[in-house]
Amino acid sequence: MEDQSKTTTKAICYHCGEDLPKVKYQTDDKDFCCAGCMAVFKILSENNLCNYYVYNNNPGRQLKNESHLEYLDDPKIIDQLLDYKHESSGIITFYIPAIHCSSCIWLLEHLYKINPAIFSSRIDFLKKQVTINFNHEEISLKHLVETLNQIGYEPLISLQDVVKAHSSSVDKTLVLKIAVAGFLMGNVMLFSFPEYFGLSGFEKQFQSLFGWLNLAFSIPAAFYCGRDYFTSAITSIKHKHINLDTPLALIIAVLFLRTAFEVIFATGPGFADTLTGLVFLLLMGKWLKQRTYHHISFDRDYRSYFPIAVTTLEKGKEKPVSINDIKIGDRLWIRNGELVPADAILMKGDAWVDMSFVTGESEPIHKVLGEIIYAGGRQTTEAIELEVIKPVSQSYLTGLWNNENYKNNIEKQNFNDSVAKYFSLGVFLIAFAATAYWLFQHDSHKAWSAFTAVIIVACPCVLALSTPFTLSAILSVFDKKGFYVKNTDAVEELAKCDTLIFDKTGTLTSNENAEICFSGSLTNEEKLIVASLLRNSTHPLSRHILKALNVERFYSLNDYKEVVGKGLSAQINSHTIYAGHLSMLPVTIKSVGETGVHIVIDHNYKGCFDIKQQWRPGLAQLVSKLSKFNLQVLSGDTDKDRSMLTTIFPEQSTIRFRQRPHQKLDAVLSLQESGNTVMMLGDGLNDAGALKQSNFGIALTDNINNFTPGCDAILQGGGLNLLPHFIQLSKDGLKVIKISFAIAIAYNCIGIYYAVQGTLYPLVAAVLMPVSTVTIILFTTLATRWFARKNKLI
Amino acid sequence: MNILYFLVGCSVLMALIFLGAFFWAYKTGQNDDVHTPGIRVLFDDEVTAEKSEEDHFSS
Repeated sequence: MEDQSKTTTKAICYHCGEDLPKVKYQTDDKDFCCAGCMAVFKILSENNLCNYYVYNNNPGRQLKNESHLEYLDDPKIIDQLLDYKHESSGIITFYIPAIHCSSCIWLLEHLYKINPAIFSSRIDFLKKQVTINFNHEEISLKHLVETLNQIGYEPLISLQDVVKAHSSSVDKTLVLKIAVAGFLMGNVMLFSFPEYFGLSGFEKQFQSLFGWLNLAFSIPAAFYCGRDYFTSAITSIKHKHINLDTPLALIIAVLFLRTAFEVIFATGPGFADTLTGLVFLLLMGKWLKQRTYHHISFDRDYRSYFPIAVTTLEKGKEKPVSINDIKIGDRLWIRNGELVPADAILMKGDAWVDMSFVTGESEPIHKVLGEIIYAGGRQTTEAIELEVIKPVSQSYLTGLWNNENYKNNIEKQNFNDSVAKYFSLGVFLIAFAATAYWLFQHDSHKAWSAFTAVIIVACPCVLALSTPFTLSAILSVFDKKGFYVKNTDAVEELAKCDTLIFDKTGTLTSNENAEICFSGSLTNEEKLIVASLLRNSTHPLSRHILKALNVERFYSLNDYKEVVGKGLSAQINSHTIYAGHLSMLPVTIKSVGETGVHIVIDHNYKGCFDIKQQWRPGLAQLVSKLSKFNLQVLSGDTDKDRSMLTTIFPEQSTIRFRQRPHQKLDAVLSLQESGNTVMMLGDGLNDAGALKQSNFGIALTDNINNFTPGCDAILQGGGLNLLPHFIQLSKDGLKVIKISFAIAIAYNCIGIYYAVQGTLYPLVAAVLMPVSTVTIILFTTLATRWFARKNKLI
Repeated sequence: MNILYFLVGCSVLMALIFLGAFFWAYKTGQNDDVHTPGIRVLFDDEVTAEKSEEDHFSS
């Protein structure tokens, strides 16, 4: 057994589990893939925290590049981030995307061993949050974050505070209301039992006591637990349209009034049991509807992508400033890899800006002095100086979110609300007809009881429950397949879509499986030289190529130079080698593409490493399965893949390239104006506008912890092939809801038969309601499972 | 059977106490995270080399 574990640990990095390169780092008989992983191990072993490796094998993650944390010294920013501060102790909550296993919990809850100024730390695993209680006089916030970075748990601090946005999203009072409703229902049922079994003369003395107790319990049921239905009904009547809450509020009111009437005048037992049961079930349905995923945020906008602060230059001195405080005319200092937060003019430095956030184009664009760089661009070379021309809130990118077209002007009506109108009308007609009949017969008592009974028995409770039960069952089927839908309402939208728009990069292609290919040829010796050079760079491209080369040994090198983001050069074994961008090379080469890492050894051009994006597997099958939909591809990239896409997609589908974010948004809008229901699939910030405008926006991601723009659903890359099945299941779900509605009508007909005669006994109502509810819940659950199996989703 | 009046009162009171307990537990955040504590209890106490030796001698 021990031997086995040894052999497995030998092939992979002890810390992160990545495959070992042929040249590995070693300490304490343990192998590491890179210096970063080894450094983490050293810190942990110095602090006696090696239990981290006991709970899980290779629990770590590879370290990313260093980040600049100077802004964490700014007291204004500190105050913004801290949850609580009193004398020497401070409490802060971080969102740490790297949290993924029990080792993470163990380590992060033992932070006090690394630094005694940290009193305690607590993890919320599902939310990936850690709450740290620390002495802010002894350890600065910056130092605290640095400590976390050192052990590989970099907190994500962005402008839109993920931590605080989460805590307000849950409706806490609903759970309390459900608890109260459950309590009331239980007690009322207990006091109603004697009535169900018939009262003997002796028990009659308790009848009025139980009646009054039931009435007392009905008051909070109607006015505390059911209050939302009344407010919702009143607002919807004010706007002159009827939603499902309107008949529900009416029923709650009628049930309460009739119970009060019967108890006070001692004419009967009342309907307290039906009332409390109804309220309890309704609230349960509401809770199911509100349930969302803790670990996924669907409402992210540009602010989650932006850092909380940037470095500004004031009289030549660097000073971190909170992004909200940036004014026109400020000088920004943007380092390699940092994001330009506001539209600004380039004042100094060589700018190669990666605009993929904004345009979707992956190639960095060269900007000359005096040119405008739009917010969202990422600087890929040396540090540059910029002058702000527009505040953050008015930049080009931010404009995408503040666009007024957004779908709030589209009337979103779900099945329930559209049915509610006719349902209410029908119930009223029957109720008034029955009342009129009994009044005509001069039996005013029966007229009153028939009127109330019809309204009570024709309760659309089933309607209010079948939708959340069916749709939440569908949601849970989806999420097992890596498809996370925002809420149950969104599933209904999914079923209605008839037009699908795909983004190309990151959606039809996968960023994870990018393949390194080399055009040209290298001898083994040359490979060694290239690898020895690239080993010294931390640029992700260098690391990628190094991994692909995977050589056994390295040469030492002299005269190493790195122009950040542009290229490397050095002397190795009396060879001069250059690797990098075309403009960096000492010789001018024509007839080769701009992109990639070009290699020149001793003034001889050797070729170029290129990253080729891989199409997601099964794309052709996916498209053929979706042939009954109107398909479109809108790509921000160049049209180099046009021939490939035209062979896959059917002839009538539109394929457009070089689409700016606003053009994508306009395309969605114009489709919607011509009556189509649009589903948009995208991945980046450049699709964000279109995702938000579309009727159903899906953000594709290969890692669920990555940031995705605001959308209705998040789909894991591997699940893309199941998309036709997802759509079919959502359509089947609507079918289930309609069938259950028919079943409910059947039950109602039985109830109404008794109700119109004015002979509805409370017991019948009290039995009919739970029986119909249980039937519906069983039916929806089983039918959904059956359809899911039919669609091969379980 | 007048004792029933008393018993009914008792049962309602008991139920109210439990409801109150739930309110208290919910408002103090005891239901906020129901996943992590389940993992947390599985962690062993710190076992250092000397300690285990001591244990060895004492047993």
